[in-house]
Amino acid sequence: MDAGEEKRKRSAGRLCCLCKGNKAALKRPKTLEQICKECFYAVFEEEIHTVIVDNNLFKAGERVAIGASGGKDSTVLAYVLSKLNGQYNYGLDLFLLSVDEGITGYRDDSLETVKRNEVQYGLPLKIVSYKELYGWTMDEIVKSIGLKNNCTFCGVFRRQALDRGAALMRADKLVTGHNADDIAETVLLNLLRGDIARLGRCTQITTGEDGPIPRCKPFKYTYEKEIVIYPYDLCIYSPNAYRGFAREFIKDLEKIRPRAILDIIRSGENFRISNSTKMPEQGMCERCGYISSQKWCKACVLLDGLNRGLPKLGIGRARAP
Amino acid sequence: MEPCGTLILLNFNGGLELLCRSTKVHHVDVELKPGADGLIMKDLLCWIRTNLIKERPEMFMKGDSVRPGVLVLVNDCDWELSGNLDTRLEEKDEVVFISTLHGG
Repeated sequence: MDAGEEKRKRSAGRLCCLCKGNKAALKRPKTLEQICKECFYAVFEEEIHTVIVDNNLFKAGERVAIGASGGKDSTVLAYVLSKLNGQYNYGLDLFLLSVDEGITGYRDDSLETVKRNEVQYGLPLKIVSYKELYGWTMDEIVKSIGLKNNCTFCGVFRRQALDRGAALMRADKLVTGHNADDIAETVLLNLLRGDIARLGRCTQITTGEDGPIPRCKPFKYTYEKEIVIYPYDLCIYSPNAYRGFAREFIKDLEKIRPRAILDIIRSGENFRISNSTKMPEQGMCERCGYISSQKWCKACVLLDGLNRGLPKLGIGRARAP
Repeated sequence: MEPCGTLILLNFNGGLELLCRSTKVHHVDVELKPGADGLIMKDLLCWIRTNLIKERPEMFMKGDSVRPGVLVLVNDCDWELSGNLDTRLEEKDEVVFISTLHGG
C-alpha cells in the first residue's frame, strides 16, 4: 500500500471527535473540530439557541418577521428558528416576510423558494412589493431613469422595505439571516470607508431597539460554510450573483486562519470611538418618520425625484430641499 | 480497448453550474496524466478547468485550487478532511462543488 492510499484509508476512518462513533464529514471552521453529520446538525442548532438565549433576542408572545429572500441564509434561518421555537417553546409568532422589487423575472425563482418554505415550514408568508410601498416598481423606475443609477434606488428602497413591511404586518421584531462572514465583511468595509457610525452599529446583534421595529441577527456567530452545508440534503436555494472584494479577502483570510472571521467581528465589537469625534446624528425623516441622518430619508429623496420627473435628484451629491 | 481514465460524478451548485452550460451534474471520464498512478483532486481541478468550465474560470478557481468560498465535498465529506488538493479519487467517486459567494 503506498503512502497516498494509506492516507485515504486513514482519513476515511477518522471518527467524529464529539460522538466518537460516526465517520467525520466536516471540519468546523470555528473550532477546527472534525465532526459527523449528526453531531453537526446538533451543535449548529444548539449554538444558535445559545446565542438567542444569551442575548435575550426574543420575548415570549412576540410577533417576529423573518426577512426571507429565498437565498440560503434566510431559508436556513426560517427552518432553524421554527424548529427551535417548537423545541424550546420560545412562544414566538413567526412569519416570513419577502420583498418583491417588481423586476420582471428577477424574483421568480426566489419567490418560488419562499412560497415553498411557507408550505414546508408551515409559516405564513407576506410579500410586500415596491409598488405597494412606494407606488413604483423597479421596472417603472428603470423606464423613467434608465439603467445607470437604478441600483441606488433599488438598494435604498430594499433597506427600508423590510422595516415597512414588518410595520405593516404589526411585527414586534425583524430577524435577518446575516451570518458571521457578512458581519466580518461589513466591519471591514466600514473600516475601509471610515464610516465610524456604521462601524459602531454593525456588530450589534440587535439594532433599532429605540425604533418601532428592532432588527436582530441570530446567525451573527454562524459561519457561512456551515449554513451552506446545513441544508445540503434538506432544501434547494436559489443562487444570486456577485459579492465584492472584501468578501473574497475574508475567504482568503479564512483559508489561512479560519478564526479570522470571528476575530474581525471581535475587533469591530471592541472598537471605541474617541469622545472628540463628531458623530452623525440620527434623527427622523420629516416626511415619513423613518430613521434618517438628513432632513429627508434617502428613499423619500429618491421618491420625490421620481414623482417630480427629476429622477437624478438624490443620486450622487444632489441633496434634498 | 483503449485504456480509459477514472469515472467521476461531478455536481456543481450554488451558481457554479452557470459556468458549465447551466448543467449541475456531469458524469466524466478523466484520463490520468502520463506516469501518474492515480487521480488526485489537483489534477481533477485542472481537468475541469480545461474541459468543463465554459466561462469566467476565475469564479471557480484561484491559483491551482478552488476559489476561497467554494466548498468541496468528496463522497459527502468535507475535502479538508481528506487532504484538499491531495485527496485521492477512485472510480465512481462523487465530487460536489458549492459556491458560497452568492446572496443570502
